[in-house]
Amino acid sequence: MSQQTAVRGSVAAASGPQRSPRRRLRAAGPELLLLLPAAIPVLLLSVYPLLRGVYLGFTDAKAGYDVQTTFVGFDQFGRLLHNSLFWDSFRIGLIWTFSVTILQFFAALGLALLLNENLRLRWLARTLALIPWAMPPVIVAIMWKLLLDPTVGSLNESIRLLHLGTGTLNLLGAPGSALPTVILIGVWVGMPQTTVTLLAGLQAIPRNLHEAAAVDGAGVWSRFRHVTLPQLMPVIAAITSLDFIWNFNSFGLVYVLTAGGPGGSTLLPMLFAYHEAFGYGNFGYAAAMADVMVILVMLVMLAYLPSRLRSRT
Amino acid sequence: MRRRAGRAGKYLGLCCYLVFLGFPLLWLVSVSLKGERELASIHPRLIPRHFVWDNYRVALVDQGLARSALNSLQTALGATIIVVLIAVPAAYALTRLRSAVRTGTTVWILLSQVFPTILIIIPVFLILKDLHLLNSLGGLTLVYVVWTLPFALWMVMGYLRNLPRELEEAAAVDGAGRLRIIVSVVLPLLAPGVVAAAMFTFISAWNEFFFALVLIQDSDKRTISLTLANYVGAEGLIRLGPLAAGAVLATIPSLVFFAFLQRRLTSGLLAGAVKG
Repeated sequence: MSQQTAVRGSVAAASGPQRSPRRRLRAAGPELLLLLPAAIPVLLLSVYPLLRGVYLGFTDAKAGYDVQTTFVGFDQFGRLLHNSLFWDSFRIGLIWTFSVTILQFFAALGLALLLNENLRLRWLARTLALIPWAMPPVIVAIMWKLLLDPTVGSLNESIRLLHLGTGTLNLLGAPGSALPTVILIGVWVGMPQTTVTLLAGLQAIPRNLHEAAAVDGAGVWSRFRHVTLPQLMPVIAAITSLDFIWNFNSFGLVYVLTAGGPGGSTLLPMLFAYHEAFGYGNFGYAAAMADVMVILVMLVMLAYLPSRLRSRT
Repeated sequence: MRRRAGRAGKYLGLCCYLVFLGFPLLWLVSVSLKGERELASIHPRLIPRHFVWDNYRVALVDQGLARSALNSLQTALGATIIVVLIAVPAAYALTRLRSAVRTGTTVWILLSQVFPTILIIIPVFLILKDLHLLNSLGGLTLVYVVWTLPFALWMVMGYLRNLPRELEEAAAVDGAGRLRIIVSVVLPLLAPGVVAAAMFTFISAWNEFFFALVLIQDSDKRTISLTLANYVGAEGLIRLGPLAAGAVLATIPSLVFFAFLQRRLTSGLLAGAVKG
């Protein structure tokens, strides 16, 4: 697409010099006018907050009326460095983000490959794969709480029926099992979107590539490795990086499931910063945490995306 | 022989996926149809012994759910209308402009997807406080507009780029003015893209939780996600039947829209991801 527009752009640029710059400016007038209604709210509630949010990390801003805010440089970051609770939370956030993204990808790839085959019940799987995507995160959390609840949930009863144990598990309530459980639920939520995207990518692979490989004697596995995977790479790169960002920023699901507990074992950085900002009113400190989170996401993206996109050719 | 084993394996895999994806949903519906007596039993069953519809009535009448559903509807619809009204002209202008504005917009669209909402929410909270829009559905609507705009804009721009420019040029040759071209040539062709962007905005706003949690305080202004989350307090789950019924009901609007939207959403995502 960008190639097309680039070509169009260069053609237009070539014919550009015939017009005087003044006329070009006037021609752009109505277009800028069309942009205005979108630009005002965006500047006010997105661009400005973004910049101010980054800046707040360098101040001692606090909630409340008539509180003077002063610039404190890197003080907040210095404090963060010695805040072991924050780094614990950061570690939990990384475990959560990487596990969910990776598990999500493999689960979704498996399902997408199955859906790409001519199997019965495919329609059912497709339909089911849509529902978690459309559900509000809060509802997903409530649903899983009902499922895993020690008394009304089905989990313990199933364990009892299958004679696998006494059935007194409280997965979300125990510090050891809460994080893995939350990760599993995160996979459930995000898998559908990844599946549908990968499936669309699979269906875009030209059939004759597979046929040619089959004629050359390539088996199922080698066709997957040498035809499917390279063709799918751009889609994989796009969806895994989006998943990574979305998972890192996710809030509602874990907030309702465990609220960060028990004992802080599922306290994602988002939740930590939320409590810092709106529980204790330490806006500056919370913004500094957010700054650190931004830097991390950017670093991961910078390390990951270029290599993926290069392997495309 | 091996082929058949492979096929059986595939079906087995598919069944595992079906159970994993579907069972939690079945359980939610099952709980919503159980009476209080049955919910207290220590041996819960998937298929209720007696189907009880009363939970749905209670959810709608007693728990203020109807009120919050109206609040959610108001903010989601409001955001959708505003987004369509501002995204379509902006997308048109952006695809016709070749300048720093377009590069700037693309950078902003990408950045707004990457930055954690926690970074934006503190300044937004302060700004809305200054504008006296804190704890108001109007303020929340505005935030949803800005929050869903990048993706909606991206979608509409994708559709616009695929419209052959020759059509517009042909209309211009026939003597149609700029406005006439937009109204009678561009807009009708763009309709599917606008519908898709509108549905996306509605679902996002309806499902959203974090902004509402921070920006809304009064219980009569709560959105549906806030109200339901409030019933899952620290003291554990209470009134399970109506809670489950409310959860089922709250899912329906986005589900209905989503059924229409899904195909377009993926193709839009792919168009941006692969060819972009």
